[in-house]
Amino acid sequence: MNAPLRKSGVVLFVLFGLIFANLNWIQAYKADEYRTHPWNGRVVVAEYERARGVIEAGGNPLARSIETDDTLKYLRVYPKKEIYAPVLGYKPVNLGATGIEETENDFLSGESDKLIADRISDMFTGEKTGGGNVLLSLNTKAQEVAWKQMVNNERGAKKGAAIALDPRTGAIQALVSMPSYDPNQLVTHDKKAAAAAYKELNADKDQPMLNRALSQTLPPGSTFKVVVSAAALENGYDVDTEIPAGSVYKEGGATIRNAEDEVCPSGEVTLKEALTESCNTGYAKLGVKLGADKVKEKAKAFGFEESDLKIGNLQSKDGLPVAASHTGDIANPDGSTDKSALAQSSIGQRDVRMTPMQGALIAASVANGGDQMRPYLVQKLLSPDRRTIYTASPQTKSSPIDSTVAGKLKEMMVSVVENGTGKNARVDGLTVGGKTGTAQNAEGADPHGWFIGFAFNDKGEPVSAVCVMLENVKGGHASAEAARIAGLIMKAAAGGGGN
Amino acid sequence: MSRIPGLKTRRNAELGLLAFAMVLVAAFGATVEANKYDKLQPNFWVPAALLSILFLGLHLVVRYVAPYADPVLLPMVALINGIGVAFLRRIDIANAINDKEGPPGIFSGIGGRQLAWTLIALILAAALLLLIRDHRNVSKYAYTLGLTGIVLMMIPAVLPGSISEVNGAKLWIKLGAFSIQPGEFAKLMLVTFFAYYLVRKREVLSLASKRFLGIDFPRGRDLGPVVTVWLFSLLVLVFEKDLGTALLYFGLFVVTLYVATERSSWLIIGLLLFFGGVYIAYLLGASVGGPFANFYDRAEVWLDPFSQANYERVSGNSYQLVQGLLGLGTGGLFGTGPGAGSPLSVPEVQNDFIFAGLGEEIGLFGLSALLVCYMLIAIRGLRAAIGVRDSFGKLVAGGLSFTLGLQVFVILGGITGLIPLTGQTTPFLSSGGSSLMANWLLIAMLLRISNAARGPATGGGGAARPGPKKAPTQLHGAMTEVIKP
Repeated sequence: MNAPLRKSGVVLFVLFGLIFANLNWIQAYKADEYRTHPWNGRVVVAEYERARGVIEAGGNPLARSIETDDTLKYLRVYPKKEIYAPVLGYKPVNLGATGIEETENDFLSGESDKLIADRISDMFTGEKTGGGNVLLSLNTKAQEVAWKQMVNNERGAKKGAAIALDPRTGAIQALVSMPSYDPNQLVTHDKKAAAAAYKELNADKDQPMLNRALSQTLPPGSTFKVVVSAAALENGYDVDTEIPAGSVYKEGGATIRNAEDEVCPSGEVTLKEALTESCNTGYAKLGVKLGADKVKEKAKAFGFEESDLKIGNLQSKDGLPVAASHTGDIANPDGSTDKSALAQSSIGQRDVRMTPMQGALIAASVANGGDQMRPYLVQKLLSPDRRTIYTASPQTKSSPIDSTVAGKLKEMMVSVVENGTGKNARVDGLTVGGKTGTAQNAEGADPHGWFIGFAFNDKGEPVSAVCVMLENVKGGHASAEAARIAGLIMKAAAGGGGN
Repeated sequence: MSRIPGLKTRRNAELGLLAFAMVLVAAFGATVEANKYDKLQPNFWVPAALLSILFLGLHLVVRYVAPYADPVLLPMVALINGIGVAFLRRIDIANAINDKEGPPGIFSGIGGRQLAWTLIALILAAALLLLIRDHRNVSKYAYTLGLTGIVLMMIPAVLPGSISEVNGAKLWIKLGAFSIQPGEFAKLMLVTFFAYYLVRKREVLSLASKRFLGIDFPRGRDLGPVVTVWLFSLLVLVFEKDLGTALLYFGLFVVTLYVATERSSWLIIGLLLFFGGVYIAYLLGASVGGPFANFYDRAEVWLDPFSQANYERVSGNSYQLVQGLLGLGTGGLFGTGPGAGSPLSVPEVQNDFIFAGLGEEIGLFGLSALLVCYMLIAIRGLRAAIGVRDSFGKLVAGGLSFTLGLQVFVILGGITGLIPLTGQTTPFLSSGGSSLMANWLLIAMLLRISNAARGPATGGGGAARPGPKKAPTQLHGAMTEVIKP
């Protein structure tokens, strides 16, 4: 009986050998894969062992980490809730991050090469220094005024966006998208609650997580007349050049009327008056006269059709993506210009689509003497002990118009606010210019109200450029409310009162 | 028990190994506290000291009633048992920290309970060594033990699920807070019965056979018991929803049969029957479902644990298996160190998955050492079987050792994804009194038999080494025993 006993021993050796080989496979060969596997909760726990850096603006923390006695040591909190959500995004426990939380993740988490010195000193001290801090260019006063005015708008609009930037630098001063969401509910350590909140936000038909300032394109309406004006001024027209107008203009299958009968009923009107009164027939005729190529070309120079613009950190070129604005084809199937389409496109209808960001960039280019600065959100990167690691150095993105044309456009746009449709945007102590837009969209739907504009201080410096958009505003003159809000945002951005 | 001059007892070697094992256990506990509390608690040494006293007690019993017993068995088991207690205490500490409580008391939590169970198990083991001075005496109760074993094994299957089912397997008898797993004890009783039955039948089983396809097939009427036990193990599988237990009982029977008859045809028949049965159960699980569905789910999950569908199944998902593997992988070669891992992320880490939890903290090298300890225990048991002079002792020691090794293989193979997962305890390591008591009784029996194997022959027969061999003692009631060289 000893022989089979010995053989049983051999069988046990083989079985244990198999276990040993399998353990080697798991703990040596597959170890790294398992250690970093997305289902491995330890990965998340380790990530939360170190305090994530603060995202701040104007001395206010907008996203910070507080210590908990949870398994995950730090909880991300957003004290201002929905006001800054479109900019900050959120950093959830086991979903992907969004917004600045995503684009500056390396720096905030402390993994960035820029913080290597801090990591090395951690190795010796045994401390866990937090991640780096991100200082945003946002003007908290402007941002909060923008949010407050948007959600309390006097026309009851439920959706919209507002964006303001410094025309001289491209620094974003305010960026609001309405409706918004509370990022705190998405970063809770209760993963089930977070997933449920995400699901609910995602299913909401008002799309609270859509960044309307950057990602949504809508017909710009009359604000597009600034682009057509720029094309005209570069092609032999001047501020006082008389252009054909009238109360009705038929071109092809399209009939173009003015917003009201008293707007430019006479046969001719100066370019400046046409913009001031927002004369549709005048601009439709002007566009057709100039030709589709000149209009499209000028729009493109201002930034239309640009699909790779990102707003964040000028150094890394990473940031929140901006959807491309489009002018549409304006062409017949055979390739020739579709004049009725051109007439409609020239007043910002038909297939023209624009983001609020693009609207603000047009106004900023005019205010900055024709140079368009690359917009950015990250003003500074600070190490955990608040040494400055990076400061944004503004870059010129393009020069869509020369300074002469810019000066003439400025004069025309100031006239809009002082004498024309944009009177609601007037601000004491500032020289404000702009252009309103009331955009027809779907059949039977209420129009969108737009305002793009800028403000100069008493020293003649452009201090803010802005675009406000309200979706589906009931009743007429949708743009008047947008103009009012824009004025208040610019006032706050320029350092004025903040109500 | 008189000692023979010149025949080494190696008791002092046992004592030395035991001391070393206890130092390792104390070091494990101390490291846990240093990692979890940043400093040692004033009573960090108490569990290791208590265990040392307990094992020292058993050592003294062995020293006086089984002086020639194998000196490696006790220290190896003590090391594993001690690490088990220390690791369970580590889980208590982690839970206490999560609940914002202070350090748990020495006798509280699962670690404290395991310490208490160890005391009871060691008393049982000592009692067995004291009561049974000659292992052959057990054969007198073979039929009683066999019948009791079968009854114990079947009780959970016939009891209602509310008092017998835990996590889908019907293996328990729960009475309030107290629960036992009768199958653990049944295993020991069945080994004894098999050994006795086979010693009596081994001639007819090994000689009366027909040759077919190069394999010696026994006669149908002699095949009866093996087929009965095979069907029985499948019944256990069906009603207790547990493949591991079925595999253990069946493997145990086939191996004892093989050792008794020395015919490898039994192994081949056994393997064919077993895998045939498993395959049919798998097919039934896929088509019929019912009691086989649980088994089918486990097989599916085993084939691809990392598929999203298997991971997120409503019942019988691969979550536990995957988390165990991720824990083992995180541990890597050296482990995170005792107390520095996160075993709580593996469900049931105190029971079935204790090896995965340990693996995260002691790494591949630590687990390999534990694996070697288990292997040494099984191999030393087989060594005792080879050395002992009577067939009954050979079969009992061989059967027990092989079962122990097989159980370690089944559970470790399960949690490492080598074979489908079955809910077996890891001997001496997992939390639980039944398993600990039964396995310490098993070790006591091996100690007793190894004492007979290594010591001078006693009783009416056998030869005192190094003298000439005499006829072996007649087994109680056995008529046909023949020892082959």
